[in-house]
Amino acid sequence: MSKIRVLHYINQFFGGIGGEEKADIAPSLREGKVGPGMAIQGAFRNEAEIVATIICGDSYFNENLEKAQEEILQMVREISPDLFIAGPAFNAGRYGVACATIAAAVKEELGIPAITAMYEENPGVDLFRKQLEIVPTTNSAAGMRNAVKGLVPLALKLARGEELLGPEEEGYFPKGIRVNYFAEKRGSERAVDMLLKKIKGEEFKTEFPMPVFDRVDPAAPLTDLKSATIALVTSGGIVPKGNPDRIEASNASKYGAYSLEGFVDLTEDTHETAHGGYDPVYANRDADRVLPVDVLRKMEANGEIGKLHEMFYTTVGNGTAVASAKAYAADIGQKLLAAGVDAVILTST
Amino acid sequence: MVKEIERTGLPVVHMCTVVPISLTVGANRIVPTVAIPYPLGNPALEEKEEKILRERLVRRALNALTEPVDSQTVFEK
Repeated sequence: MSKIRVLHYINQFFGGIGGEEKADIAPSLREGKVGPGMAIQGAFRNEAEIVATIICGDSYFNENLEKAQEEILQMVREISPDLFIAGPAFNAGRYGVACATIAAAVKEELGIPAITAMYEENPGVDLFRKQLEIVPTTNSAAGMRNAVKGLVPLALKLARGEELLGPEEEGYFPKGIRVNYFAEKRGSERAVDMLLKKIKGEEFKTEFPMPVFDRVDPAAPLTDLKSATIALVTSGGIVPKGNPDRIEASNASKYGAYSLEGFVDLTEDTHETAHGGYDPVYANRDADRVLPVDVLRKMEANGEIGKLHEMFYTTVGNGTAVASAKAYAADIGQKLLAAGVDAVILTST
Repeated sequence: MVKEIERTGLPVVHMCTVVPISLTVGANRIVPTVAIPYPLGNPALEEKEEKILRERLVRRALNALTEPVDSQTVFEK
């Protein structure tokens, strides 16, 4: 059998084009393997070959979802590979969303086997786990070796059209599909076994994990904007100049609460962003682009809103664990409630 | 974060560029914004026009806070 022809998708960073300042580059096609493609090619041995690599900026993809997909699908049609691999994206949010989105599109629109890999908290997982196989990785590129080790055998199986076993056996995120099989013991027996284990305090495994629906019902709307106190919260990392509490550029260990008293306009002399993972130039030059204090002050003066809350709350969303963000926000919510705030504008970058 | 704050009963509007992420994390009122590094601005515009753009988006967000919604809603206008 001839070698499986593989097309690889990576972002501007792994493509060696540049960091955040290059995140808005449009997709381009390179011959052969680039960056992490080396490790993947190594694991393929002689069974498959990366014939080309698509490199696309993360911001470009996410800000132009439809256009970027169309452009990339066109490149995929030209190359017409046997297999499409995107990433691994680890815990890079925009990269993960790009990898999963494009892999799902390649699979669904072109019928080409496609796969990607990323960290479990990457938003790309929840967006597309039902549509394609996503291989779990650690949260940073330090885990590249293991990521490739998990990704490659599964990718080859997909390309050969072999039947996949369950997510646990093969190592991908559960897709929520149930498959019929013949069990050795009938259901009642298995249930009693499970119950006995549970009573003994032994480890047991349910055959039907309950889905976790973590939704919050929409809160009631404001009845009178003119008398409402509006608070600003951001995950875009806007902080007073100098970042007094040293909120980390990624995986933030805290949130900040800062006064807006006396500020009618945020400027490069008063505020900046602590956020890594996106190009900070624009927010540093004018933080109103992330935290719209200038506009809300004007509306406050015009009587369009009652009041802009005197404190704003901020953290850095970049690579921050979901559990941390949850805890910060629960805390912030209680403080806003106690301060008599009526509604919240939360901005994200 | 949006969800945890809304759990207290306060209405929250999420202003963000990557709407699919906002939908996945469970925001109920969503206003799509301009770009990841400058959700509420556009450095290519004159300062005055940029402010008009920002004002328009913030107005949309405030309006979203006054609208009753019973499920996730994206306010495009």
